Amino acid sequence: MMKPEPHIQIQLVSDPTYLCGVREMVASIARRLGFDDMDCSKISLAIDEALCNVIRHGYNKAFDRPIWVGITPLAPEGDSPGGIMIVIEDEAKQIDPTRVVGRKLEDIKPGGLGVHIIREVMDEVRYEPREQTGMRLVMSKRVVRELEPPRLRDHLPGFLRKKETEPNRV
Amino acid sequence: MADSDSFIQSREEGGGIVVITPTADIDMSRSPELRTAIQQAMGKNINKLIVNLDEVGYMDSSGLATLVEAMRTANSSNTKLILTAMHPKVRAIFDIARLDSFFTIIDTVEQAI
Repeated sequence: MMKPEPHIQIQLVSDPTYLCGVREMVASIARRLGFDDMDCSKISLAIDEALCNVIRHGYNKAFDRPIWVGITPLAPEGDSPGGIMIVIEDEAKQIDPTRVVGRKLEDIKPGGLGVHIIREVMDEVRYEPREQTGMRLVMSKRVVRELEPPRLRDHLPGFLRKKETEPNRV
Repeated sequence: MADSDSFIQSREEGGGIVVITPTADIDMSRSPELRTAIQQAMGKNINKLIVNLDEVGYMDSSGLATLVEAMRTANSSNTKLILTAMHPKVRAIFDIARLDSFFTIIDTVEQAI
């Protein structure tokens, strides 16, 4: 079966200068897909961390290597009205995906948090070697709709419902 | 003092207190500059370093790493490091990384001074 094409695909060089542009694009699309403000911020963070890992570990801080970012909306499923799938691909050296682990959080030291952050934020995270060269990171997150509690007002007989504009009489 | 092109503002409050204010998001492209500013401040033999995050709307783990390194340096030199005015979205990354209790986080610079 053919892999579906992403709805958005961009190519950038591995220069940290451009991280802000990718973050803002992803946040904007996530907002449009129904994520709340905090989730948009966290999804931006996850993609930023993923790109930093490619730059830092995959490309050893070479700032002129290619990175591809693909974005696809997720279809509604169950109670979720949708979500977002982000695929990041590079041409870095291929590694065993089981070796992609973050450090233990109790061991407080600079660095090593990117993988943990990605796994905390996103619902699904999968690292895999690409077919020819490089690595692919597939991550997805679903919009979670908060179920509203039923309003008592909706169940009252009509004469007991106060008009919204009526002032309280003292 | 930070140079005019830097996104870091730094001021001495007297009494061995320095306040550093980054004025933009802190990511991999900017965290080295923050690191340098903190190292310069620490090199002045100060009692307290306040990093005012009021104008930081976003921070990634490179910014966190910079602050963790700063905290370690501060602890070894008996300097108090305080973070102030943290936005909720920035606070969220500290929570995710379980670093919220590692730092002293205060609402305002005035309270920290």
